[in-house]
Amino acid sequence: MSKEKNFFADRDIQIILGTLLRVGVIASMTVVFIGGLVYLAFNHSEMVNYSHFDSVKAGFSTVSDIFIGLGHLKGSAIIQFGVLLLIFTPIMRVVFSIFSFLIERDYLYVLIGAFVLCVILFSLSNKLVG
Amino acid sequence: MFGDSIFAAMSVLLFTIIVLLGAFLAGLVGSLTGLGGGVIIIPLLTLVLGVDIHYAIGASIISVIATSSGSAAAYVKEGITNIRIGMFLEIATTISAIIGAVVTVYINPSYIAIIFGLILLFSAVMMIRKKIDHSDNDTSGRLAVFLKLNGTYPTENGMQNYAVHNVIGGFLMMFVAGIISGLLGIGSGALKVIAMDNIMRIPFKVSTTTSNFMMGVTAAASAIVYLHRGQIDPGIAMPVALGVLTGATVGSKILVKTKTDKLKIIFAVVVAFLALQMIYNGLTGRL
Repeated sequence: MSKEKNFFADRDIQIILGTLLRVGVIASMTVVFIGGLVYLAFNHSEMVNYSHFDSVKAGFSTVSDIFIGLGHLKGSAIIQFGVLLLIFTPIMRVVFSIFSFLIERDYLYVLIGAFVLCVILFSLSNKLVG
Repeated sequence: MFGDSIFAAMSVLLFTIIVLLGAFLAGLVGSLTGLGGGVIIIPLLTLVLGVDIHYAIGASIISVIATSSGSAAAYVKEGITNIRIGMFLEIATTISAIIGAVVTVYINPSYIAIIFGLILLFSAVMMIRKKIDHSDNDTSGRLAVFLKLNGTYPTENGMQNYAVHNVIGGFLMMFVAGIISGLLGIGSGALKVIAMDNIMRIPFKVSTTTSNFMMGVTAAASAIVYLHRGQIDPGIAMPVALGVLTGATVGSKILVKTKTDKLKIIFAVVVAFLALQMIYNGLTGRL
């Protein structure tokens, strides 16, 4: 019963993936929490103004900016780093799925998975936002 | 609802505490009703705190990723994700989510509020409607066979086969769901249910978990666009993500113990009220 065996192999992979996702969420939320504490410690008495969206005033909106801010231990940069970790968590799931399709020699789905990954990486390349 | 003058000048600390509490409630209600936290946190931020809807969308998408990824581990025990269905449909949802996320900033916030309100109303209706499992094992189309979408899942009486129907219809519906997700920063679970349960006739056990699998990936695709544009502000994203995730975790613990049928009707009324507020504010140009 190769099909049955396949099913359990799939299930093993899914349990590993599920755990991986949970670890990713816990890790990224811990970073966000720590960043939040640093942010509040230094900025708690500032006034908020979110009534009008302004894409120019936004800080830490690229990966390189976030890393530069991390170097200066800025609270908001630490939060954004946690956000970045969180965004990469489901993307890792796609990467692992592609590997599991590769192991199963299901090349059609390796291709489909790779295409989905490329779509996401394309949006990461920062060419879409003027 | 409230003039934003009341909240125009608020310290970071007060803002963080209020959003944290609101996000906790949104996560709790979102998980009890199955609506998700995003559809509730956006009205809270915009209507109550006067936050620009573009910031609210950016913060909401982060909470969508957190809750969908966080619950994936729990879902593995209950159902069976069909990774092939998920991966195939992600072609539609990632492309359309990115399109939605790119377009959203060029749309007048008032229109976004109206679209949001309509989706919210639709979700409320879907929430109280009795779900019917349309799944069967009849012969499915050639495309489903070619894509190896048909599968099995374990039941008390052993393995149950299921056949996937109308692959093209489901794919197109997923494209719409992705656009809405990218435009509004929500998981658009209600539209995914239509695509998977009603059009493709996938059994619940498979569709719930597969939809959850897709939600994180789809949200990640549009989150990157939002991040680059500066829509994800750390000061809002931090309390929203932490609050919604905590609320959703508590909610999923309560959910096991309580019957939610009556709760759902109460929440549906609340959600419908929020939806009408969003539409009204959109029409009068206040958002």
